Amino acid sequence: MSLAEKYPQEVERILAKYPPEHKRSAVMPLLYLAQREEGYITKAAMQDVAQLLEMTETEVAAIIGFYTLYHDKKEGKYRMQVCTDLPCALRGADQFLEELCENLGIQVGETTADGLITLEEVKCLAACDKAPMFQLQSGEGIEYYENMTVDKTMELIEALRKAGKEVE
Amino acid sequence: MAYILLRHREIPDIHEIDVYEKHGGFAALKKAVTEMTPEQVTEEVKASGLRGRGGAGFPTGLKWSFMDKNNWPHYVVANADESEPGTFKDREIMERNPFQFLEGVAIASYAVGANRAYIYLRGEFWPIAHFLDEKIAEMEKAGYLGERLFGTDYSLHIYTHLGAGAYICGEETALLESLEGKRGQPRIRPPFPPSYGLYGKPTVVNNVETLTNVPYIIANGAQAYRQFGTEKSPGVKIFSLSGCVNRPGNYELPLGTTFRELIFEHGGGIPEGRNIKAIMPAGASSSFIVATDEALDTPMDYESVPNVGAQLGSASVIVIDDSVSMDWVVEKTIHFFQHESCGKCTPCREGTYWMRKLIERIRHADGTEEEVALLKDVAMQIRGKCLCALGEFSTMAVVSGIERFAPDFEKAVATSSPE
Ligand SMILES: Cc1cc2nc3c(=O)[nH]c(=O)nc-3n(C[C@H](O)[C@H](O)[C@H](O)COP(=O)(O)O)c2cc1C
Ligand code: SF4
Ligand code: FES
Repeated sequence: MSLAEKYPQEVERILAKYPPEHKRSAVMPLLYLAQREEGYITKAAMQDVAQLLEMTETEVAAIIGFYTLYHDKKEGKYRMQVCTDLPCALRGADQFLEELCENLGIQVGETTADGLITLEEVKCLAACDKAPMFQLQSGEGIEYYENMTVDKTMELIEALRKAGKEVE
Repeated sequence: MAYILLRHREIPDIHEIDVYEKHGGFAALKKAVTEMTPEQVTEEVKASGLRGRGGAGFPTGLKWSFMDKNNWPHYVVANADESEPGTFKDREIMERNPFQFLEGVAIASYAVGANRAYIYLRGEFWPIAHFLDEKIAEMEKAGYLGERLFGTDYSLHIYTHLGAGAYICGEETALLESLEGKRGQPRIRPPFPPSYGLYGKPTVVNNVETLTNVPYIIANGAQAYRQFGTEKSPGVKIFSLSGCVNRPGNYELPLGTTFRELIFEHGGGIPEGRNIKAIMPAGASSSFIVATDEALDTPMDYESVPNVGAQLGSASVIVIDDSVSMDWVVEKTIHFFQHESCGKCTPCREGTYWMRKLIERIRHADGTEEEVALLKDVAMQIRGKCLCALGEFSTMAVVSGIERFAPDFEKAVATSSPE
């Protein structure tokens, strides 16, 4: 099913934001929409966006490649993106990430065995006064978790795991 | 002093439209649209001395007056990309005092004759974009946005647009490229956005904080605004304070407040009795200020900060204490810029790559004194050769770190060994 069939209202609302002669501007919001279900952008979805906006596939692929919040590969259901940039690191973010790795038994860039969490290291998220912090990205969007401890994070992961099981 | 920008700290529910209205909300917009010409609005902002809060400090009213009046339509774009490490002020404004920001966007749009305005938010601000969408809808319903405002001929629509993770999209021309659905890479300037902006049309790009000052200026007049701050840097500024301080956070203070007052009075000083060593007043793009008494007593305004070897920039004050070695800080900033270089020009793309290789050798392998000198040399080679300011920014901590904190680098060389 194409994006326009799957989310007709949203596609219409997105296109209405931009002058009709500049509909290419809609590529970023449409790519978020394309990423919603699977957490990454499939080749078919990419072709779909290209067709909708009269762009070439190469042009759309270049956009996906340029921006870090678009993904073209399946990873964990949640990407846990820990900020280790300078201000956060001055407040212990590097150590937080290291301990998190130990607790989860994975390295940065890896995914937990159950496919729930992919751990990533990212640059400043504009939450420097609330370190340690991370964001959780899924197809549904992005949420911040601030002033975190390893214990609180492990509890959160447990809750996400349970919630996931209930849905299945 | 009452708050001008962070008003939610006194009026917690100011994000609700009736509460905002009750506290004078939208009076400035109504006054501008019904009683003032666009030129008068621009003149008032000029007279206030308001300067851009996104980093460059360019006079806001002057920028508006540069809009090419022979080329239409005009656009206003609010820069809500907020990605400079150490900066988290625009976010607080949008989350807690959204209507004042949106009113500022609307007044700016009226002043330059724009019927469409975009708010470009960094992708991570996803929930904020949805929140602003709701607030925009409420304003439309109440008649503050949409067609024929206050019964005049003036119409305005505001739209949010989410980026997707790229620091460079905070640079205004990269932002416009991104908004056009392209990769966010800077354009060659000039032409500047007021003559060639979004879709090639005249465009004003202003920072969120800049725009949030505007309703106050229009409601109370330029002179009222000038009672705060200094003669050349009038008004208030939000200082994002982070790093080695007891109370990190945003502090709205008059421009010209000293570093000492911000860090020791408001920020509660340095944790665990340690001493302050260095200050980065403009986030990771900043040169290091050596935290001497003289530096601490320097007023934080656009004119004074250069006297101690840095720029005020976005006023994201990162505090570094004496437990931290500066070669470690420099490694962090180089990583950041190497990661964020958009790759369009060679000196920045290759230079940040080589700086990364060198700092890693200096810190983690058997780096030498010569390599420290070479690192500084590479940084100097980048300067003045790049298409946008990111290239320059990447060299600030490197050069000032090696020059002003040489012993830290000597020690790094002496103690580093192959892993
Ligand atoms: C690499 C780079 C990143 C920037 N990031 C931001 C940003 O995140 N937010 C911002 O308002 N301005 C940023 N700027 C400055 C903008 O280019 C522009 O000067 C500013 O948005 C103008 O608004 P103002 O006059 O209200 O400050 C950045 C500039 C550069 C070179
Ligand atoms: S200086 Fe760096 S970020 Fe700026 S255009 Fe050149 S490569 Fe891109
Ligand atoms: S450095 Fe981590 S949020 Fe800014």
